[in-house]
Amino acid sequence: MLKDFKQSILISIWFVFLTFPLMAVRVNTTEQMVEWRWMTILWVAIGSFVLSYAWRYFLAKKQLKKKDDEEGGKHSKLQLLMEDMNFRYKAMGVLLVLALVFPLVFDTYQNTIMISALIYVVLGLGLNISVGLAGLLDLGYVAFFAVGAYSYALLNYHFDLGFWTILPVGGILGCLFGVVLGFPILRLRGDYLAIVTLGFGMIIKVVLENWSSFSFGPSGIANIDKPGLFGMDMNIDSSTIYIYYIMIALVVFTILITNRLKNSRIGRAWIALREDEIACVAMGIDMARTKLSAYALGAFWAGMVGVLFAAKTTFINPASFTFMESAIILSIVVLGGMGSILGVILGAFILILLPEYLRAFSEYRMLAFGAAMVLMMIFRPQGIISGIRTKYEYKELKEETDNG
Amino acid sequence: MAEKHKLLEVKGLTMDFGGLRAVDSVSLEVHEGEIAALIGPNGAGKTTFFNCVTGIYNPTKGDILLHPKGLPTRRLNGLKPNKVTEMGLARTFQNIRLFSDMTVLENVMIGRHCRTSAGIFRSIIRDKSVRREEQEIVESSYQLLKKVGLAEFANEFAKNLPYGAQRRLEIARAMATEPFLLLLDEPAAGMNPQETAELDQLICRISEEERIAILLIEHDMKLVMNISNPIYVMEYGKKIAEGSPQEIKDNPKVIEAYLGEETEEDA
Repeated sequence: MLKDFKQSILISIWFVFLTFPLMAVRVNTTEQMVEWRWMTILWVAIGSFVLSYAWRYFLAKKQLKKKDDEEGGKHSKLQLLMEDMNFRYKAMGVLLVLALVFPLVFDTYQNTIMISALIYVVLGLGLNISVGLAGLLDLGYVAFFAVGAYSYALLNYHFDLGFWTILPVGGILGCLFGVVLGFPILRLRGDYLAIVTLGFGMIIKVVLENWSSFSFGPSGIANIDKPGLFGMDMNIDSSTIYIYYIMIALVVFTILITNRLKNSRIGRAWIALREDEIACVAMGIDMARTKLSAYALGAFWAGMVGVLFAAKTTFINPASFTFMESAIILSIVVLGGMGSILGVILGAFILILLPEYLRAFSEYRMLAFGAAMVLMMIFRPQGIISGIRTKYEYKELKEETDNG
Repeated sequence: MAEKHKLLEVKGLTMDFGGLRAVDSVSLEVHEGEIAALIGPNGAGKTTFFNCVTGIYNPTKGDILLHPKGLPTRRLNGLKPNKVTEMGLARTFQNIRLFSDMTVLENVMIGRHCRTSAGIFRSIIRDKSVRREEQEIVESSYQLLKKVGLAEFANEFAKNLPYGAQRRLEIARAMATEPFLLLLDEPAAGMNPQETAELDQLICRISEEERIAILLIEHDMKLVMNISNPIYVMEYGKKIAEGSPQEIKDNPKVIEAYLGEETEEDA
């Protein structure tokens, strides 16, 4: 501790020395004299000392925790709570009720924000399958989102097909594109895979921008139908609430299915693939099938929620599907915790809702975002909530503990 | 020996990497109930040989024939590793390749993958048959862990296991694929004498109780001479000797390979 203190003081002095000419000395040209700003330099000293000390403190804390983990594999309190099934069901019930009441309490603006956060929850959960579980880094995930959105927009424009017809179609088209992308990259891993998926994301966007006769180019498609409810006429407020409820249902559906997949034979194969590809095939897992299924199922959710996105905004153009979106979705997964469903949901809310509510600081958004990411990677690389391993029940356990 | 059922038959296996011939027309046979060993100095091509047999490499020349009992003979050349494993030939790795962020039990459960069938849709619906299958996977994996003496670690992460235990876990995982022939790549590497002795017993037990034939690569001569028969010796990609432990010990070529020339006094 004392050592940290000394180090921090040294760092603070060093900073004062470095920034002295910039921060303390100012030449006032009108009065031809030099101003000495001693207060500023004091702030530099205090600031650098506090930051450096906090940095050291947290690093030391992390080191301690690491030792703990190696010895006992302790989980944080939150994780222990999450493992308690009883608590889990109660918490889920409360959350669901809150989610259902939300639009009745808040106004349309809040609902719209919440809908976009929920869209990102589904996107995050989808990407979580390929990145978090199967370990296939995908930097072009937004392409599948675009596929879903455009499939609704175009089919609605040309054939006047409704939202509910296209919702599954969008998912399946997303799936198909996932397989199409999956085939050429079966042999790639790591960085190469990331580059190819990045390219794929770009290709989709460039095609949408330039193939005007098909996608109406950069001007996009407007007047897309909102989802209908037995042909009822809805004003903006009620239709937002309606979309909100559809979104809640979609999120619940996604959580249910991804959770089942994660804890199944297929999910285990994905995780094994992430851990060690060669050992994975040597244990009899078909690599091609496993990879393709991870891609296709990840893309499925993006396609489906893309349909909803188009229906919500009633206008789409290629500008909504930039690399930035892919990066945000990937950040949601990484920040939330790879492979953890709860983590991804939390990550989506933090990354989408915080910027919305902190609009006053929007100039500093990217700065804060970058800093948060760096700090996260240093102090909690596994994400807010790391994936919880399923506990398996086996018969012998009881006898063993009885005998022992 | 001769009347025993032949399980694996490798004929003239050759593997080239560009201009380098890593394995040069090696022939080898493993019969039912045998613990065969493949030894040789470092870089002799033993692991390459294993990789060819298990489908990780596609050999340049030669035949790898598998004769499962009661089933037609299959040629393994060019088959994908997972197909080879499905056919009943499982392996472990020289540099341990466990799924380190999965629990010990899950590692073994992965081995059950190719013997179970729940697909995507059945996993989503999770009907009775899938739940039963899952339970069967857990139970049989746990039994395997007991067999190799790792039951107490079932819920630990694989990466937290001590080294010797990781090696045994690799064997358990390979056995979960229900092989009739197990290929062990240096199972005793890095183990202390006590761990080696335990491994010695484990391998014998697998061979006797589970009726699994074993082909192993090993540098620990004590272990090899204790449990394996026959022994094949490779050097510079070529097979230089084969036979019982005694024959191998007395073979001048083998002595030369291991100790160098001028063996008159040294040997």
